Amino acid sequence: MSDSDTSTSVELLTFKLGGQEYSLDIMCVIEIRGWTRATPLPHAPSFMKGVINLRGTVLPVMDLAERLGLPVTKHTNRNVIIVVKHENSMTGLLVDAVSDIITIAQDDLQPSPDVTSGSGQGFIKSLTLRDDQMIRILDLAHVVKILESDAA
Amino acid sequence: MSLEILAVDDSRTMRDMIRLALEPEGFTVHTADDGVHGTEVLSSINPDVIITDINMPRMDGFGFIDAVRDQNHHRATPILVLTTEAAPELKMRARKAGASGWIVKPFDPVKLVKALHMVSG
Amino acid sequence: MTNPDPMAEIRASFFIECEELLEAMQDGLQTMDDGQQDSETINVVFRAVHSIKGGAGAFGLEPLVRFAHRYETVMDQVRSETLAITSDLLKLFFRAADHLSDLVRLCRDDMDIPQAEGDAILAELDLHAGATPAEEEDEDIDFQPLGLSLDLDFGDDDDTTGTSSYRITFAPATEMFETGNDAVPILRALADLGDCTTTCDAERVPALASLAPETPYLSWTVMLSTTAAIDEITSVFEFVDGLCTFAIEPVDNEVGFSDEAFPDLPPLDLLPEPEEVELPPLDMLPEPAEQISAPVEDTPVVAPKNEKPARTAPASPNAVVRVDLDRIERLVNLVGELVINQAMLAQSLESTTLSPHSDAMRGLGEFQRLTRDIQDSVMMIRAQPVKSMFQRMSRIVREASAAVGKDVRLVTDGENTEVDKTVIERLADPLTHMIRNAVDHGLEDTDARIAAGKPSQGQVRLSAAHRSGRVVIEIKDDGGGINRPRVKQIAIDKGLIPADSTLSDSEIDNLLFLPGFSTAATVSDLSGRGVGMDVVRTAIQALSGRISISSTKGEGTTFSISLPLTLAVLDGMVIKVADETLVIPLNVVTETLTLRADNLDEIQPGLAVVRVRGSMVPLFDLGRHLGYRKQKETYVDDIVLLISKEDGNQAALIVDEIQDQRQVVIKGLDDNFYRAPGIAAATILGDGQIALILDPSDIVTQAAQDAGHPNVPQKLEA
Repeated sequence: MSDSDTSTSVELLTFKLGGQEYSLDIMCVIEIRGWTRATPLPHAPSFMKGVINLRGTVLPVMDLAERLGLPVTKHTNRNVIIVVKHENSMTGLLVDAVSDIITIAQDDLQPSPDVTSGSGQGFIKSLTLRDDQMIRILDLAHVVKILESDAA
Repeated sequence: MSLEILAVDDSRTMRDMIRLALEPEGFTVHTADDGVHGTEVLSSINPDVIITDINMPRMDGFGFIDAVRDQNHHRATPILVLTTEAAPELKMRARKAGASGWIVKPFDPVKLVKALHMVSG
Repeated sequence: MTNPDPMAEIRASFFIECEELLEAMQDGLQTMDDGQQDSETINVVFRAVHSIKGGAGAFGLEPLVRFAHRYETVMDQVRSETLAITSDLLKLFFRAADHLSDLVRLCRDDMDIPQAEGDAILAELDLHAGATPAEEEDEDIDFQPLGLSLDLDFGDDDDTTGTSSYRITFAPATEMFETGNDAVPILRALADLGDCTTTCDAERVPALASLAPETPYLSWTVMLSTTAAIDEITSVFEFVDGLCTFAIEPVDNEVGFSDEAFPDLPPLDLLPEPEEVELPPLDMLPEPAEQISAPVEDTPVVAPKNEKPARTAPASPNAVVRVDLDRIERLVNLVGELVINQAMLAQSLESTTLSPHSDAMRGLGEFQRLTRDIQDSVMMIRAQPVKSMFQRMSRIVREASAAVGKDVRLVTDGENTEVDKTVIERLADPLTHMIRNAVDHGLEDTDARIAAGKPSQGQVRLSAAHRSGRVVIEIKDDGGGINRPRVKQIAIDKGLIPADSTLSDSEIDNLLFLPGFSTAATVSDLSGRGVGMDVVRTAIQALSGRISISSTKGEGTTFSISLPLTLAVLDGMVIKVADETLVIPLNVVTETLTLRADNLDEIQPGLAVVRVRGSMVPLFDLGRHLGYRKQKETYVDDIVLLISKEDGNQAALIVDEIQDQRQVVIKGLDDNFYRAPGIAAATILGDGQIALILDPSDIVTQAAQDAGHPNVPQKLEA
């Protein structure tokens, strides 16, 4: 995840999750694709949906809302997978929809107060305001690193 | 004018470094892995200067210099030996064997080029 | 991508070369240790240290240069037979080689170099060399002229701002030309230093009839006006000092110079411009001299800059190509894709009504055979001999035996056996652990060995061989064998087996593989710090391999590892469990059967067995254990796969459907994300869907643990 202090702005991919706006540094986004059925992984944490075939690579997919501890609605419209890369491994993040690509100045990023959103502490790296709407910037490292304690 | 060089050294790193030092300066560099290989390569090219290491398998530098000087065609071809010591005995031994001059390893590329010009004009 | 820095590339290449040299050193030292101490072997070791030193110097790796230099000095004495080889000296050489290897790696990874260990070894080396460190000089990396017979004595010589004038005389001797040196380059070099006028004295040239062709008769006088220091002028003569007579005299600056020649010398057509130097008298000299003056002529040397010379003869015994590992990975992946695509094609063709004898189907068959061949060839590209790994084990044995005070020797066999590079890398840790174990626990104390009538030197034998399509690696020690009563007791104490169980010898041996058998507090990494054999076995299984153990009391223990030749493909059985398609490695499936009321027995709720020819084999419901569904009401009419586990026992897996057997391409699961127990890898089926590849032994072990049953050997006699 690039966190360059040399550049003064950062490009973010924004997307919708449970009615709220989230975003990721565009540098770690590999591609965006539609949902296909995932092969489930036995005894995996419930937010791990399974693995899908990404052009010959086995790609694990996680339900991002569930991972962040957001209330899981019964009828989920999740049908977009954002494929991200972190430290040489790729993961698919299942979200509701992709919104936009925006450029934010470094100065406009505010650190996230220690907000507990369910089990998610440290998932949100920083916040920013855009057109009066709050956008959360994800800490990708935290999101994709699955700890022993997360295991079902 | 492009000088043709034959560099003989069993160390791949050394061969790479010689190339890196000389090719940008306009030299044409041929290499060989040891004395035996050097005589093989020599038969197909016509170098203006030969650079050789001393410690090599199969045929060492001294053996190689002998073999080169034995060829009428190369009796007067300048030969520089690569040595890691500046000890006078080693230089004298090299000269006795027929070497024209020497380069001490690790070599300064500028000095290598200068030495090459010094023996070949 | 920007242009790669050539120096960085050469540096990387240097470290690869160092590995090769270190390996050659190990070989050489081992040969010497085995008693063969001929000069070529000694030279191999010497040259290895020498080359590492040379390259290290080029990259400014001072600590490495220093250590290598001292090592080389002692090796040189051995080489010139001024120092005799003793077994103590050899032990020191091995230690020094190990330290050199460490230094190389530290330098490669840009890490700090701890001083202590190196100093101890260096002190011992110096002891043998008989030299004190102070005698080892700094390397002279400059063109300093040797002692010159100059009787010049200038007060302030280094007045480089001003111009000084010199009169230089130069008369080559015959010997000068014999070394391939020549007058012209020297004159040119002088001319490059400033303004000069060169005159040639041809007086001594005799008449043609009495001319000796290879005797030089010419001498030159050069009037040089330069800002260069006198050292620089002197350095022009560095190579020919002693092969000629020359003198450099300063002259009074006030005497003006011009391009006109001196009145008392016959003016010749000599110009200061190097390109145009012509020496008329040379015409009079026969062949050899013209050869010497060849560089003067503008003979165009036609050689395109980037021409790579074609080798007229093979350079070395095995022509080798160095290939970027990334390229090989890509090729392996592409071949994997090819196989998958082919499977998809086969699948769609099968659903047509084409006859198996039609051209299309026969073509497909041929296509599949060809692909299999390509696949086999590509897989072997990544194969390399296990030798380097065996050499690492040599070092482990040296260190471990020194640490416990035992005399142990590692004997290797089949070090040229080739194994996929990835497999070798992942074998290193498990092997290290087993070798350490053998030295620590397998082999008895020297006293005990002698008392038992064994040679005081213990032996660990490491061997590798290809056997029926697999690689078999064995670690065998000639120690006391497994202490079975003790092992059984430990297992009982740890609650791994019931106190009253009766076990066969081989069953007791296999207790070592049980998780929890280890005496260590944490089961973390495999560096031999009390980690159990279960971690070793897991590592071997992760390579789709098997490990077994056999032991004879008083004689020793043997671990036998069987590995697939490649990690890339697997012969599998495709099955369906609860709507999920899975693959089971074919090599563990021994039989399939259908459950009926008359072969199905329930021992207690949750634990059922199937009767197979008198044995009771425990049943495992895959669907339930993989979490796909709840426990079924009844298993009658279900299909069962009998699999053999690592410990030699059997288990029966209940599946919904067996689809077919085929070769699948293994797609690894990233280590970084969640590792599902019982899942070894994944594959992509003909329809593009991902199917998980099971590790049956693992599933069974997990299931038994989950059910709270102790992992009892499950061969219950009816």
